[in-house]
Amino acid sequence: MQHQGPVREKEKRGKERNELRDLVGKNLHVLSQIEGVDLDMYKETVLPRILEQVVNCKDDLAQFYLMDCIIQVFPDEYHLQTLETLLSAFPQLQPNVDIKTVLSQLMDRLSSYAATSPEVLPEFLQVEAFAKFSNAIGKVIEAQVDMPVVGAVTLYVSLLTFTLRVHPDRLDYVDQVLGACVKKLSGNAKLQDSRATKQIVALLSAPLEKYSNVVTALELSNYPRVMDYLDNSTTKVMALVIIQSIMKNTTCISTSDKIEALFDLIKGLIKNMDGAQDDELDDEDFKEEQNSVARLIHMLHNDDHEEMLKILCTVQKHILQGGPKRLPFTVPSLVFSALKLVRRLQGQDGDVIGEEVPATPKKIFQILHQTIEALSCVPSPELALRLYLQCAEAANDCDLEPVAYEFFTQAFILYEEEIADSKAQITAIHLIIGTLQRMNIFGVENRDTLTHKTTGYSAKLLKKPDQCRAVYACSHLFWTDDQDGIMDGER
Amino acid sequence: MVLVLALGDLHVPHRAADLPAKFKSMLVPGKIQHIICTGNLCIKEVHDYLKSLCPDLHITRGEYDEDARYPETKTLTIGQFKLGLCHGHQVVPWGDLDSLAMLQRQLDVDILVTGHTHQFKAYKHEGGVVINPGSATGAYSSITYDVNPSFILMDIDGLRVVVYVYELIDGEVKVDKIDFKKTATMHA
Repeated sequence: MQHQGPVREKEKRGKERNELRDLVGKNLHVLSQIEGVDLDMYKETVLPRILEQVVNCKDDLAQFYLMDCIIQVFPDEYHLQTLETLLSAFPQLQPNVDIKTVLSQLMDRLSSYAATSPEVLPEFLQVEAFAKFSNAIGKVIEAQVDMPVVGAVTLYVSLLTFTLRVHPDRLDYVDQVLGACVKKLSGNAKLQDSRATKQIVALLSAPLEKYSNVVTALELSNYPRVMDYLDNSTTKVMALVIIQSIMKNTTCISTSDKIEALFDLIKGLIKNMDGAQDDELDDEDFKEEQNSVARLIHMLHNDDHEEMLKILCTVQKHILQGGPKRLPFTVPSLVFSALKLVRRLQGQDGDVIGEEVPATPKKIFQILHQTIEALSCVPSPELALRLYLQCAEAANDCDLEPVAYEFFTQAFILYEEEIADSKAQITAIHLIIGTLQRMNIFGVENRDTLTHKTTGYSAKLLKKPDQCRAVYACSHLFWTDDQDGIMDGER
Repeated sequence: MVLVLALGDLHVPHRAADLPAKFKSMLVPGKIQHIICTGNLCIKEVHDYLKSLCPDLHITRGEYDEDARYPETKTLTIGQFKLGLCHGHQVVPWGDLDSLAMLQRQLDVDILVTGHTHQFKAYKHEGGVVINPGSATGAYSSITYDVNPSFILMDIDGLRVVVYVYELIDGEVKVDKIDFKKTATMHA
């Protein structure tokens, strides 16, 4: 009908078609209301006949409308039981019919049905709904070669929602759906179409929301493959979604391989991706991103010391790839996470002779040293100085005199060579004094050297009042509760 | 009755991901008249969050704070009390009462609030009070082992202040209270 008649009558024809459409629709609706039409009659008589008519009319607009109508007016349980018949009609429709929309609608309806009436779930299994839908979608995508990517992905989103509602425990089904999506996407470069991108983000967010434990999503082998097709900025958006899911559910991720998988997913935030410009991101947004990563580090934990050490090494490996812009945000989190482990190791005296104990405070201090050293490329001397002092205190508590001395040496080097601003110097020297005052592990020689240096620097501060304050603070270095070395310093 | 929230040393995101959920649910906007914060928030997000709880926010600089513009010390008057605020890393030896008392005399305040040690303390000293609200997130400290998240709520009423300390111990919030009365004669 749509092809008949001259153009100027198109509007009139359009109106007529609408009226006809409403009429047919009403008829179908009435049909669905008739009490005598039970499941069997629907299955044996009603549906096959309607489908016959639909297929035979060979009019794409009508076919679309009619299929849609059938799905809307008849109850979901009927659809479930006649799934095979219904789906088999699709390949017989005209090539231009928007099958994917109809399919999506059908899946969405059945998803809602499953959500609101969990007692029918066994039926879904009995009818093998998942398999049927998977196959149907596969066939449709194969047949409609010109289908835009967004269409295919929308189909998969509907199928995924369906799967998560009906078969939440079947991770393999979920993975299958993602895998099929990857297959469709392969061969394309990274997605540029924003609608398709939005659909992919929806696809990837669905398992996170459903399972509220990111670790489950990490088990889906196709998940990272789907992410690979996102452009750089969307990859970062998705990474933030993942981190937010972890923070919201306070998920603790406790093995180094899960963390490896996680960092692979969020690599857009951890380092510069190929082709990405360094300064294309707004400052505020960048800070927020990196602070999220910093917070994430505190969710990576295991009570077992060996595993925790592995975790720290994994995290270090990844954040050191971040470059000077990211390190000031991520390094402190790692340092303090490591210091917490040192303290736990300290609590247990673990020198079992003959046994290899890989996780020792000494090893961790080595890692800490490496990590803080990386800040020199930023450069971030004030932060590094503070972190060295923290490590020195921790080393003191572990009775590791040379390690503590080394950390102090590093702190002094930074003070001497990098910290030039007078205000920064005042704060830094007070931190050094405060830390040194608490150290009880140094032998006489070492302590003398450090104290002498500290007092010397205090006297050299820019303004006289600051000099006085710092030097009298130094006086505490000469007298502690369990040692009286009374020396006349610069005072 | 004036409610003053005193907290500090959150160290977000360096040492902690966020305030404990139980604290967050207790800290509701509109109930508190003043917030005094010893420092080491460390990022703007935390500042904005505190500001949303109460617009009258006073912060002093901690050594890890992102914003370098916070002052080293601050004094303010609430009701009949003069309060002094300072992070505390500037006062050596850290946590030493006599040294803090020096600061109290220097600032000429009745109540001195400092942090840095991540350990809750409240002393009556020479007619005044020295308070440390601890760390609101239970952040790692080189000075204190086993830090429990804690913060303080002060109820200032005339010449009397009641200090409520909230501590999160083994997942439960425990509350303790200490009474201070200001004597009519000021300390010298």
